Formats: sequence, structure tokens, C-alpha cells
Amino acid sequence: MPLSLLRHGLRKNRARQHQFSDNPGLKKHYDVVIIGAGGHGLATAYYLATQHGITNVAVLEKSYLGSGNTARNTAVIRSNYLTEEGVSFYRESLKLYKNLSNEFDYNIMYEERGQLTLAHNDAAVRSFRWRAEVNQHLGVRSELVDRQSIAELVPQLNLDEDVRYPIVAGLWHADGATARHDAVAWGYARGACARGVELHQLTEVTGIGMSNGRVDRVRTTRGDISCGCVVQAVAGNSSLVAAMAGIKLPIHSYPLQAMVTQPYKPLLNPHVSSPQLHVYTHQTSRGEFVIGGGSDPYPLYNTRSTLDMKESLAASILELLPFLAQAKILRQWAGTTDMTPDYSPIMGRSPVENYYLDAGWGTWGFKATPISGKCMAELVATGQVPDLIKPFDLDRFYRFQQVNEAGATAASH
Amino acid sequence: MKILDCPLNGPRNISEFTYGGEYHPTPEPATSDRRAWAEYVFFHDNQAGVVTEWWMHTATAFWFLVDRNTVTDEVLRTYRVDEAGQCGAGDDG
Repeated sequence: MPLSLLRHGLRKNRARQHQFSDNPGLKKHYDVVIIGAGGHGLATAYYLATQHGITNVAVLEKSYLGSGNTARNTAVIRSNYLTEEGVSFYRESLKLYKNLSNEFDYNIMYEERGQLTLAHNDAAVRSFRWRAEVNQHLGVRSELVDRQSIAELVPQLNLDEDVRYPIVAGLWHADGATARHDAVAWGYARGACARGVELHQLTEVTGIGMSNGRVDRVRTTRGDISCGCVVQAVAGNSSLVAAMAGIKLPIHSYPLQAMVTQPYKPLLNPHVSSPQLHVYTHQTSRGEFVIGGGSDPYPLYNTRSTLDMKESLAASILELLPFLAQAKILRQWAGTTDMTPDYSPIMGRSPVENYYLDAGWGTWGFKATPISGKCMAELVATGQVPDLIKPFDLDRFYRFQQVNEAGATAASH
Repeated sequence: MKILDCPLNGPRNISEFTYGGEYHPTPEPATSDRRAWAEYVFFHDNQAGVVTEWWMHTATAFWFLVDRNTVTDEVLRTYRVDEAGQCGAGDDG
């Protein structure tokens, strides 16, 4: 093996494998145009091709694939939500995630490490008990754990009682996991492109053409195309793209800032989060601690960082893991979170008949990537809204029927 | 730290303030239907550009309006609600 690798490395004409379709010219017409080549858009294209045999599909991306929130999230996968609708939906996503590497024949580095959410007061303990009951009823592994169990699960945690917010209990979610976020997008892109889907990077949508209440054209920086239908999957820009189709959404877009430390030897296995301290962390497989928090205090279409947020992240994480006091911050960044009033997504039909929404992904988009793609593909292919996403339709706000997941975020926002 | 110029308290750190959403005129409760209320309560323009917003100085519970660019984070103007008519903020852009 090493010898053949060396020979291969020294050969001049190395056989290169193209993972995705080259950027060919745009065709005049596509049956389905997907706006946004992030995880959700690419997963939708993948399932359209694999489950429904629909391959005359273009995925349009203004930058490069996976360059938006797919690259900016903290790669947390979990299903320990609060409502029956939410738990059932994210539970199916985890099932798909578990088999993705096999299905793609491409390693997405899925690691089931468990997630521990910390309670620092009685109200949080009550809500954790509620979540544990709902989760267990729906077949999701969640349980309330005491301080002794926490010490066994995560011995590195600071369980002192003379801190600002002592830890009183935890919600242990054995199904909690992480994966390499870029690889998820690449795996879906590769699988979709191999089946004939066209990926068009550096192709920004600049307008949506309508006639008789239907979308019939999409204007791009590389020319106009006609289309059978459009799926929008542009987390961070949902309101701006929907506005091109004349659709107003219940979304405010906030930055969410995160950072990673220098790498350490493996010492923290599960994912740990504290809604009260507005912080969550896990150690990546290359040893860095990823530290994320809540969204910024006010909306902004800008991925700039602020010292205030970084200071508060650092102060909070030091309360949980004091040994990080000497750690150096290697990188920091921000993504744009499309926050909905109930912290649930907006999926399914829109007021425009052949324009489908996959929006409002706030801080919960990465974990939902597989199931969102599968459900959106089913909707586009069959015209029927899958039961799993019926509760997340845009109309729920007009019916005053929200799916409240505000209590189930890893860090309150 | 970013500074916001409060019409009541003068320039203060932005951490002393609470964001209160986009400025929209309230629909007439007696005549508007459920749909109009839903739009008023939940839906936002969420534009990239200059937006008129509600802000509150938290310590004094003083509400006022801010014209802010939501791409550059530049604050163009802060003013009392009774001055809203003078800047065209009343039209629900």
C-alpha cells in the first residue's frame, strides 16, 4: 500500500476524481431549481434523484457549495426537543444520519458521543423532566441525571457549588452526536451529481419571474432559466430570497458567533451545553474545543464578530471547564441564524403554488439536514406534504398554532 | 463597545439597551381581522438595509426609535416616538 501510494504520488498524470459536476453552462430549463447549495439544498437534490428519479435538477449557489451556515454551525446532532412534532422530526433525521457514511460510501465522521444539557435551577430541572418524558415516549434516549451521574459522565466539569450558577442536574441524551459538517454537504453533492443533478456554484439568483401566480423563471447572474418549480434553501438569507417571490416570512436574522481553541489531547467525549450560561462545547476529533453560544442581541446581515460576545463565551466556558483558562483561541466566526418566533423551521408550501420553502432554520438546521432534504424531495416529487413536516408550514402563524421549541435550545437566544 | 445615543439618557453602551423589533404601525384592533393581527405580530420585512426599529433603554424602560443599517450595523438616527412622523417611518416598508 505505501509503495503504490508513493508511485501514485510521483506519477505526473495522476488520475483525479471529480467529486462534483464541473460547472457546465446553464440549460434553458430545469424541472426543479434549488436555490442554495448548502446541506439542505443538496440533500433535497440527492433524495429527488435517489428516491424519486428526478434528475433534471439545478442547484444554484451564489458562492461555493457548503459556504454558508453549513460551514458555520457547531455540528451538533440531537433530537431531545420538547414537542411531539419536533422530537419526531429530529428523531428521523438522526436515523438517517447514522447510515449516511455507508449510503454515500464517503466518511462523514458521524460520532455518537452523547449530549449533556445542564440545569442550574429548579425551573430548568422541571423542563428537563418534561423533555425526558416526551423523548422517552417517542423512543428517543433522554434521561434526567443527578450531580453524581454528571461527575461520572463528564469528570472534567466544574461541579463546585461556589460558582455563579452551580450545576444542579442534567439532561443526558445518549443519541447526541456530531459529524463533519462539510463532508455532509460534499457527500450529498457527490451522490446527487453522480445521478445527473447539476451543481452551479458562483451562480447567484437575482430575481424570480412569475406568471399567473406561478414561478416560471429564475434570473441568475449567469442568465435566465425556466423551471417547473423552485425550492429555496438559503438559511441566513431566507427573508431576502423569499421577498423576490413576493413572500414575507416571520423571521429575524441574527448573527451567531462561535470559536475554537487550540487542539488538546482527547479529554472531553460528550457534547456539553448550558442554556443558562448561553454556552455549549465539544471537543472535535482533531482536539479543538468548539465553543458556541446564543445568537447576538439584535439582528444583522453581517458575519462580523464582537468582543462582547467572545468575552461572554469565554467567561461562561471557564465556569464549566476551568482548565481552558490557558487555552488560546485559534479561530472565530459567525453565521446568520434565521430566527422564527417559535424556534421551529418553516417548511413546505408557500403562498406561491410551485415555490417551496425550507427556511427559518435558526440555530437548528445542521441536525435536520437529512430529514429536511428527504421531506422536501417528497413534497416536490409527489405534491403531498409529508406528515412529518405538516406542523411546520408557514400557515401555522396565521392559525396561531406555533410549535414552541424555545425551551429546547442548547443555549437560550 | 458600541454606543447608542438614547434620546432620554444620552450616549450609553449598547449592552444597556434591548432590541424591540421592526417598527410597524399597529392595526386598528376594532376593525382588523385575525390575519392582519398575525402579520403584525409575527411577520417582518427583515430587510438588508436601513430599517426603523424599536429599542428600549433597559434601566429606564424608555422606548424609542432607531434607524439602523442592518448590513453595516451603522446607527443613522435615534429619536422619540412622537418624532416618527417626520422621518417617514410610519409607512410600513
